[in-house]
Amino acid sequence: MTTTTNHTDEATIEADETLPIIRTTRDFAATPAQLLRAHTDPDLFARWVGPNGMETRIVEWDARDGGSWRFTSGRDGDEYAFRGCFHRVGDDVIVQTFTYEGEPDGVALETLRFEDLGDGRTRLHAQSLVDSFEGRDAWLRSGMEVGVNEGYAKLDAMLASGDV
Amino acid sequence: MSDQLSRVFAALADPTRRDMVARLTTSDATVGELAEPYDVSVQAVSKHLRVLEDAGLVSRSREAQRRPVHLEAEVFDLMTKWIERYRRQAEERFRRLDVVLAELNEQENPPKEGTAS
Repeated sequence: MTTTTNHTDEATIEADETLPIIRTTRDFAATPAQLLRAHTDPDLFARWVGPNGMETRIVEWDARDGGSWRFTSGRDGDEYAFRGCFHRVGDDVIVQTFTYEGEPDGVALETLRFEDLGDGRTRLHAQSLVDSFEGRDAWLRSGMEVGVNEGYAKLDAMLASGDV
Repeated sequence: MSDQLSRVFAALADPTRRDMVARLTTSDATVGELAEPYDVSVQAVSKHLRVLEDAGLVSRSREAQRRPVHLEAEVFDLMTKWIERYRRQAEERFRRLDVVLAELNEQENPPKEGTAS
């Protein structure tokens, strides 16, 4: 199951049919080093990670092999916490775990690769391996519920002000 | 809607059922035809079919003698929409990342004096 778009700059999502994996691909007008920085510098990361419409607060951040991370996302007094470990941080790769603290036994293994396309462009390959199909599909389903409309409003505002 | 989708994904979590669905994308088939490639009983195949039927993925005609199994393609449209929403959410996140990266670019390669930015 894949959804694609003719617009090559937009994200592509693939839900693997034989393994509980979600693959995401997206091209960026940036170098692999810049993409790595946006993923490992806590201040930069907090600005874009989401979920949509939520304020991200970095609680713990040690972006090196074996380091750990934790952040909270809040809106209207509701707060959700996420944590995990940076298993490996390389020049063009990050391997990390991801847990939503509301379900502390669940964990996803995420591999992010930054493929240099030349001309200052980089393709992000993100793979999330979840521990069951049920977990994977609940995760996909959450895309419908969490702040979709707020996210659009935020995006509209950014588009209107010429930031995007 | 998400209840039906949960059943759809649960139904497709099994490799034999995914295989049967793949077979049905080419044409309708009887239970016997579906059972052929597998080393399992017709009863076992019928059990798998019931799960697929409950999820709304397949239907069986009541009239025809051989009661062929038919794939309900609309259910897949529903799933595609579901994943599309997830994709759009990821896309929104990446557009925020675009803004951050554009700033990094500007810091590292400030526009030269005298040229329009």
